Order: sequence, then structure tokens, then C-alpha cells
Amino acid sequence: MKAINEQVIAECSERARLMRRDIISMLSESGSGHSGGSLSAADIVACLYYGEMNIDPLRPDWEERDRFVLSKGHAAPVLYAALAQKGFFPREQLLTLRKLGSPLQGHPDRNKLAGVEACSGSLGQGISWAVGMALAAKMDKKEYRIYALLGDGELEEGIVWEAAMAAAQYKLDNLLAIVDNNGLQIDGRIEEVMSPEPIDDKFKAFGWEVIKVDGHDHRMILEAMAKARDIKARPTVIVAQTIKGKGCSFMENRVEWHGSTPNQDEAARALAELA
Amino acid sequence: MEKQATRDAYGKALLELGQRYENVVVLDADLSKSTKTADFAKAFPDRFINAGIAEQNMMGMAAGLAASGKVVFASSFAIFATGRAFEMVRNSLAYGNLNVKVCATHAGITVGEDGGSHQSVEDIALMRSIPNMLVLAPADGASTRAALFQLYDYQGPAYLRLGRPAVPLIYDDKLDFKIGRGIELRNGSDATIVSCGIMVAKSLEAAQILADEGIQVSVVDMHTIKPVDQELLISKARETGCILTVEEHSIIGGLGSAVAEAVSENQPVPVLRMGINDQFGQSGSPDELLQYYGLTVERIVHNIHNLLKKK
Ligand SMILES: Cc1ncc(C[n+]2csc(CCOP(=O)(O)OP(=O)(O)O)c2C)c(N)n1
Ligand SMILES: [Mg+2]
Repeated sequence: MKAINEQVIAECSERARLMRRDIISMLSESGSGHSGGSLSAADIVACLYYGEMNIDPLRPDWEERDRFVLSKGHAAPVLYAALAQKGFFPREQLLTLRKLGSPLQGHPDRNKLAGVEACSGSLGQGISWAVGMALAAKMDKKEYRIYALLGDGELEEGIVWEAAMAAAQYKLDNLLAIVDNNGLQIDGRIEEVMSPEPIDDKFKAFGWEVIKVDGHDHRMILEAMAKARDIKARPTVIVAQTIKGKGCSFMENRVEWHGSTPNQDEAARALAELA
Repeated sequence: MEKQATRDAYGKALLELGQRYENVVVLDADLSKSTKTADFAKAFPDRFINAGIAEQNMMGMAAGLAASGKVVFASSFAIFATGRAFEMVRNSLAYGNLNVKVCATHAGITVGEDGGSHQSVEDIALMRSIPNMLVLAPADGASTRAALFQLYDYQGPAYLRLGRPAVPLIYDDKLDFKIGRGIELRNGSDATIVSCGIMVAKSLEAAQILADEGIQVSVVDMHTIKPVDQELLISKARETGCILTVEEHSIIGGLGSAVAEAVSENQPVPVLRMGINDQFGQSGSPDELLQYYGLTVERIVHNIHNLLKKK
């Protein structure tokens, strides 16, 4: 973890902008994939990789590294953008997203790409992986931390709450979950389809420490992550209020951009906004 | 040739069923635009339940609705409907012998770019292994529609396997579709190709190429994989002396297994299974993946040549 200062905050902000650009370019090239949920998570993921986590791109298997599980695996582009910028693989490779033979699978595959910690894509399972990793760290008396990013729609899966129960039972204070609370799933607004709200009270009732932040405010995100390190004997969740499609005005808050990709014109407009 | 995705035909037929019968209830798990239940949802909001991203609860609710007299159609992607919710399908729907039709779309590798996590190549095997389950994998839009209407009249749990991409229409509305009875689309005495789903159209193409070479093969659309049409299989085994099975599914537990089981016990002849060879899928376009995993017209032709040597 880096000390939170203006320089780190500025770097996270700049990295998030570059990641959003990469997301647009990748998805425009692949012609399939998930725009909205990748963009909503860009600030959170930038803060993890450029402020919070202890990782070494030259040693992806380093035992002491922090681990990040993208439980909302359909947002793979945001993870790939972060890994490429960190230097886990050449940035040119981003444009192979979803193509036959590419290590950049439609949903993250730990066996195909260094830096990817889990196989996710089936919603809800990633948080269970993260609980397992946190248990292993405790067994081995290791100091590294485990991070998991979930969608708010993803919280509708029962397994999420089974995992939440287990994390509290085993007092996993080395686990930090983050909810990308963008208010949308595929079939509409979460409160119209199947509301998981109130998310904060649910996690509290399950024995978790809850911190609420603006998921596009890098200082708030970094401070919440730092605060979570001081919470002992229970897991912490950051509920991050976000905007689906954030950074690209015509995608923002629009459900139809969940699983669609920008054409060339749209990509050019998006990149201009992210210049 | 005209094309239609079987999921599109499903969505349309479901709407018709809803108009005709008041006791039809449809469930989905946040994928209604992709599974095509959205049209039914719009027309009959009071008979549509969105379970949210919770497939297990969707199947449990389906059981309760069916136990209360509803005819339930429950949809998601094949991987989640049969995988995530397997035990609910087994212990609630099938053990309870309830009137729920699990109608799953995005089966097989032609899901394409989403990759291996979303490509179900085990669903037929899973569903076939459950007592009481009927298992259907229609080849095109017209037979999907026919299957859906017969499923409405059929009492008990069933699995309907549907696909994502548009596939050639091989039937018109005069088609003679009966659950449990395979359709012989082409007759030839040298070998029999038994296939289902999207591989039926490719099998027909291969049969034409073989005919041009002087090899006459029968082609059977085995849309009902369970109960499989034993009688037809036995007579085709007797008449042609060998069988090639072709499916967009693992060679373990699917159509190939069903055919091999029936033939080996009743009329043993060489059977060769074409499908996914015990592998996971991956990202790529549907056509690239069919090529990569060898589910092509050329491979069918090649395999018939090999099979004929074993006769
Ligand atoms: C078990 C499972 N069911 C269904 C899906 C299909 N699916 C992919 S994304 C998605 C919506 C996710 O909504 P949310 O978690 O809010 O993600 P975000 O808004 O951050 O993109 C669904 C239903 C899936 N990937 N896994
Ligand atoms: Mg969401």
C-alpha cells in the first residue's frame, strides 16, 4: 500500500482514464463484451492496482502478493487494462480480446493469463474463491490481503451470502469485498428486477464492517481501503456508489450498454471524451 | 437458405402459447433479452417472474408454481440452468415429477466470444442422467416451435436445449414432429448419421457431398435424446451397419452416448461419436470454434469414410 497523498490520487485518476480508453478500444475491436460494467469499475480497479495492492508484474506467482478476484467476471476488460498498464503483458495484446487463441478470454481464466487470480464469469463464485484464499492466508500466517469486486446484481446470487457468512464466521479481516453499486443489471434497474438493497444493512447483519464511498472519488476509495486494513476480526465491504458506463456520456446509466460495444464512430466519440 | 436462431423461435412460440393458455407462466433469471422470454414478459407481465440473478431460486419457485397447477417455462443460459441449478432441477423438478420445462438457450460452443465459462458442453449429459427428465435438442426454428407446443401438452419435467446463433431452417410447418420419435431426413444404406441441434443441417450437407462421391447415408434428426428412439436406431443399425453421431456437446454422456448405449445392447454395430472431445470451450466466433473443435461438414465426411472401413 502506498501512503495516500496528492500524487497517488492523481496517478489513480490518470490510470483510470487510460484504462477507460483501453476498455473502449478493446471492446470496439472485439465487437462483443461488456462496456457498462467495465467502465463503472475503472476507478476502483485503478485504486487497487495503483494505490492499494502489493503486487509485482515481474513475479505474478510471488507468494506474498495481494490477490484480486474479479467476481463480476464479465468486466474482464477493466482487469486486462489494469494488468497491461502494470506490465503483466504487452498492451498491444489488449486488442486480441475475445479472439480465438487469445489469453484474454471473454471472462477471466487464471490458466491463460498471468496476473489473473481466478476463473470467474459465473456470477457469485468469485467471492467464494476469495474467501478460500483468505482462509489459506490465515492458515499459512501470511500477511497478504484478498480483494474481490462484485456487481450489485451479482449480490442476488445466494452463494454470495453463503460466502459472506463464511467470511464472518472465520473472522477474515484479510478480505476486502467491494460492491460496484451502479444500480443496473441486464433486465433493468436492480430495484425493478430483484433488489438486493439495502446492501449495507445486509452485510452488517452478516457480521461485516461496511464503508460507503463514491466509487469515482479516488481519495475516498483509497481512504476506505486503508481504513479496512485497521478493521480486525471481521471482513470489510466497501459499497461503492457508481455510474454504469462512467466516462462515456452516451453510455452512462443506460442499461442497453451492459453487453454491447461501441462501433467505430461511438468509440471515437468516447475516446474524445476521455482525452 | 433462410436462417433463424432456435432461441428466437422459442420466444415467438412462447408468446403464442401465452395467448392460447392462461396457465402458462414464464420464469427467467435476468437474461430475458438473450433468452427471448422478454416478449412474453411484455405481453403478460402478471405471468412472468424475473428471479433476478438467482437460478437456483428460479428452479425452486418453478417447482412451487407447477405444484400449484401452472405450466412453467423457466429460462436461462444452458450453463446456469443445468449447471448452477442442477440439484434443484433434480430434487425439486424431476424428483417431484413437476410440470416444468427448463428451456435453456446459449447451449454449446456457439455461444462464441463469451468463452469457456459460458459454453455448456455437458448439459445434455446432466439432464439425461436424471430420472423423469425428457431431453430435447431441436435442429431449427420450425421444430423448436413444434417441440414447444408438444411440451405444453406433455405432463412432467423436460429440458429443451436451444442455441444462440441463427441456423438454417430445415423444416416447414408441415413437419411431422413427435416427441420421442426421430426424423429420418434422408435415406441411404451405407451408413447412418444421427445428429441433433445445429449439427443436423451440417449432417445433411455432408450427406450430399457423400452422395456425390457415391456413398449413400441416412440422416436422422434425433431431436429427442431422452427417451431416445430405440426402434429407429435398431432398424438403422440393421439396415446400414454403422452409425456416426454428431452433436455440439461433449462426446461423454450426450447424444453419442445415448445412441451407443441403445445400439450396443440391441443391435451392435460400429458407432463413432463426433462432438467435443472432453474439453472446455474458449473465446472465438461461433464458426471459428466449430472449425477448431472439428464440428464441420468436412469432418463428418471424413469420419464417414473412416467408419465405413470398420464395417
Ligand atoms: C450465474 C450467472 N448467471 C447469469 C449470468 C449472466 N450475466 C452476466 S452479467 C449479468 C448482470 C450482472 O449485473 P451486475 O452484477 O450488477 O453487473 P454490472 O452492473 O456491474 O455489470 C448477468 C445476469 C452470469 N454471468 N452468471
Ligand atoms: Mg450493476
